[in-house]
Amino acid sequence: MRSRLRASSVAVNGLALLAVGFFLFPVYWMVVTAFKPSGDILLSIPKFIPSPFTMEHFSDAFNKNHFWDNARSSVIVTCSVVILAVAVAFFAATAVARFRFRGRRTFLVLLLLVQMVPFEAMLIPIFIELDRIGLVYKLIGVILAYLAFALPFTIWVLRGFVAAVPVDLEEAALTDGCTRPQAFMKILFPLIAPGLVATSIFAFIQAWNEYIFANVLLTNENTTLPVWLASFVSAGSQIDWGGIMAGSTMFALPVMIFFIFVQRRITAGMTVGAVKG
Amino acid sequence: MALVPWYVPYLLLAPGIVSLGAAVAYPLVNLVLISFQQFRARELILGLPTHWSGLANYRYIFSRPEFWTVLARSLLFAGVNVVLTIVIGMGLALLMQRLGGRMRTLLAISMVLAWATPTVTATQVWLWLFDRDFGVVNWMLTSLHLGNFTQHSWLSDPVSMLGLATMIVVWAALPFVALTLYAGLSQVPTDLYEAARVDGGGRWAIFRLVSLPYVAPIVLLLTLLSAIWDFRVFTQIFVLQKAGGISEDTNLIGIWAYHQSFGGAPNYGRGAATSLVGVVILLLVTALLLRRMVHAGDEL
Repeated sequence: MRSRLRASSVAVNGLALLAVGFFLFPVYWMVVTAFKPSGDILLSIPKFIPSPFTMEHFSDAFNKNHFWDNARSSVIVTCSVVILAVAVAFFAATAVARFRFRGRRTFLVLLLLVQMVPFEAMLIPIFIELDRIGLVYKLIGVILAYLAFALPFTIWVLRGFVAAVPVDLEEAALTDGCTRPQAFMKILFPLIAPGLVATSIFAFIQAWNEYIFANVLLTNENTTLPVWLASFVSAGSQIDWGGIMAGSTMFALPVMIFFIFVQRRITAGMTVGAVKG
Repeated sequence: MALVPWYVPYLLLAPGIVSLGAAVAYPLVNLVLISFQQFRARELILGLPTHWSGLANYRYIFSRPEFWTVLARSLLFAGVNVVLTIVIGMGLALLMQRLGGRMRTLLAISMVLAWATPTVTATQVWLWLFDRDFGVVNWMLTSLHLGNFTQHSWLSDPVSMLGLATMIVVWAALPFVALTLYAGLSQVPTDLYEAARVDGGGRWAIFRLVSLPYVAPIVLLLTLLSAIWDFRVFTQIFVLQKAGGISEDTNLIGIWAYHQSFGGAPNYGRGAATSLVGVVILLLVTALLLRRMVHAGDEL
């Protein structure tokens, strides 16, 4: 029995290591390539540890195209979308989790249905509308579009967090003489703060990563980093892998840091939302 | 809750409804209208009035053999991706349950890193891994004597290019699915497992009779979301095509609609019609899943 257990635990750990390799290696290879001198990147037998070590791809990437302008756009767009999405989704989630009202169920079903619509399809009418009101090629148009795309999911997830806070807590506060807004701010808000952090990640990812809208709705100067990153690769020419990997690393780093902090809360929110209402 | 005036929930919903209305509902209505019009770059740039063309755009699309190929390809691509994601994701979640604390943390962190990798970045990195001349994958396969992959191009054949796209999509989608399923599995009350074990249930029986029914709502939701996301895959294919892959034989429906609208001779009407056909097909395909979700919505 014991030896059977040990054998199966070896198999389980072996499988786990394989999975770790599958998920980690691409990330590892990206970072390693970014730090290798160009001569070490294009070898027929790859080098797995970057020695010697160089920062030149990073400084090259900073000077490529409009990196600083594009980084600025990315930061402005992402911050605006995160703040707006979390605030708006919080109000909406409170409404559907705390109140019974006419149209509530319709709203929830519509939230699910909206996710069926490919945002790429909306590119055509949004492009035409923005063009007509003179907002095409401006950041504000992209911000509004990303906000709306992030909302269905952020509302959905936040709803689970709000619903998980017992109503009794709020009512106790009310009987103790709190006004409703006070009860809301003092009781509900602190309890769902982790949920707010978790949902902000969705808005963050959406805005930080989105490629196709930024590609069409913005110019080379004011576009966001994904477009900048994609512009590195073009068919035919000798590809600058060191530069691409350095750019990719810089672009991915903020998201990775953010994710490691809030990951647990997202999956918790998902299961809360799916298992009970 | 009776103390609250009736309009309070509506007031709370207002900002959300306004932004969804402005950036989703209104453009969606326009998308439908445009799909019945002759609307090209000429009309947009010169501000010319557009003409109603009835079903002309739709008739054009359905008459193209290319449309049917693209549609079949999109459905197959999405189907393969959904099945791989859900099955392997469930496997990983069960694996995590059986791991020791340290190994589980290591696996969770590596998954989170993959999950956090932005789509464009992930596509670039996998392109580099599978690079024809200096890609580490070709070197590895050759060194393991799995064949001679020296200078093997993964982008020149539609099937292998879509295979690479599948790899990128599944790699990025697995962490979310696996971690969510794991979170769901760890909520299964332990006495249920105990009871099943006392009753002499094997591992498979316990999974099928205890774990699976408990996480079924999560599996349903994840399958629905994956189906939606995978039918809509865009950026990965778009960047792969740009990197020198063949374009015509790898178009999925979203990309095809994009090429019609923003390609060489922009035709927004046809692009809009193609997009809408895609939405309707997605609705039909996921109708069964959706119906169950909506029924579950009785308790929402």
